[in-house]
Amino acid sequence: MATNTEAFSGGFSNPVFESQSIFRMLMDGMARPGTVRDVEHDAGQPEPLGQAAGAIALTLCDHDTPVWLSAGYAKSSVADWIGFHSGAPMTREKAEARFAFVEAGAALSSFGLFSAGTQEYPDRSTTLVIEVAGLDEGQSFTLSGPGILQTRSVEISGLPEAFLRLWADNRPLFPRGIDVILTAGRRFICLPRTTRITA
Amino acid sequence: MSADLATYNFAYLDEQTKRMIRRAILKAIAIPGYQVPFASREMPMPYGWGTGGVQVTASIIGPDDVLKVIDQGADDTTNAVSIRAFFQKVADVAVTTHTKDATIIQTRHRIPEQKLTEGQVLVYQVPIPEPLRFLEPRETETRKMHALEEYGLMHVKLYEDIAINGRISKTYAYPVKVDGRYVMDPSPTPKFDNPKMHMSDALQLFGAGREKRIYAVPPHTEVVSLDFEDYPFEIQTFEQDCALCGAHGVYLDEVVLDDKGGRMFVCSDTDHCEDRREHGHVGAMLAQDSVKGQEAAE
Repeated sequence: MATNTEAFSGGFSNPVFESQSIFRMLMDGMARPGTVRDVEHDAGQPEPLGQAAGAIALTLCDHDTPVWLSAGYAKSSVADWIGFHSGAPMTREKAEARFAFVEAGAALSSFGLFSAGTQEYPDRSTTLVIEVAGLDEGQSFTLSGPGILQTRSVEISGLPEAFLRLWADNRPLFPRGIDVILTAGRRFICLPRTTRITA
Repeated sequence: MSADLATYNFAYLDEQTKRMIRRAILKAIAIPGYQVPFASREMPMPYGWGTGGVQVTASIIGPDDVLKVIDQGADDTTNAVSIRAFFQKVADVAVTTHTKDATIIQTRHRIPEQKLTEGQVLVYQVPIPEPLRFLEPRETETRKMHALEEYGLMHVKLYEDIAINGRISKTYAYPVKVDGRYVMDPSPTPKFDNPKMHMSDALQLFGAGREKRIYAVPPHTEVVSLDFEDYPFEIQTFEQDCALCGAHGVYLDEVVLDDKGGRMFVCSDTDHCEDRREHGHVGAMLAQDSVKGQEAAE
């Protein structure tokens, strides 16, 4: 059997400081939804995982966080890579996943099977990391909600078709709900469940 | 890295603990005012000395941060000095007493007088994170009350205050509602500081080490102090100005001077007071002292 060397390559060269720096981008990004963050660290993730998504996986995942991968990632060496570098177990049950990674162009039919947490523990919900084509040009959206002074506009290209409808269904569940990080190559924006999106 | 940095992991906590706390912080920001349970660690200081705030700060701090620590507004009291020294030792991080220079401000029970800005994070040390705890001791019940947004008990408590005392008598840890959903304990800050939490430019994180909870208020988020139409929320007012810097409309501490009833009121925020004095503001007692000093010199 051929050894999948891709799975063992890469990783943070300086895990303590690189994960701190990525986390601060995530924290500031969640606190200010829609602000674009740029990940400079190359974690050497295998195709088709993007640079930002790879760095986020290594920053947040470990043996406590079951990870769900969309079909395109699942058949690549992404699963082995995340497993090797972070120790996170893979799951095929969306409801069990603390983090879910979705490749660009994958069809999203529903957020319903991911965990939205419970009314008592709404924090026990899945965070979706969805790859899109771009975060600098494309369709313009207006965001509002906590962390945003009045409104903030973002441009996203390649957002899954059903996303806006699914997001509109997510908001009324509050305080339950999933949180989303949109990644595009080395850039990402955060969309916590509190953010309202209008086209 | 300096050679005499203590041989701990950067910022004391191990990486797995930091990841766990970081995930809790992200969920806390996504659900403003909701208390996220976390696996609080034993820290090299006792509960009640800010172990929750220290764990939050340790999980977010990086080598480029500038840390300020205040205890009741002061940079130079025991808790503030020891926590500042702790992070200098385990993270080799730059520290300051100037509010405007800090990127992370860890606080025990005050919000600085100077308006916080976008790049700053305020980390609160919280003793009892559950605002309903003194009304309902069972965690299972308070959790259900939050789940069902059932906050009638809190309003009854405030009403009873008015019935007995003629006013809402709570002066610190005054309950707030965050983004129109969760009732939250702003930690025992004086209610004077509550309005500063509303639509703040800075991210506010709360850590309770003994009670194992983390919660957050994102920037630009509504934070409303609970009240009644006919008994609106009011902050403390002071008749005096600060005796050292003459500041008006700031939170003052009363300092007893002798056993003959002598007392003075000074800014609780020491950095704010020092900054004003450096800029030539002089309070009543400082003016007297300098007159006395001149007479003595003559």
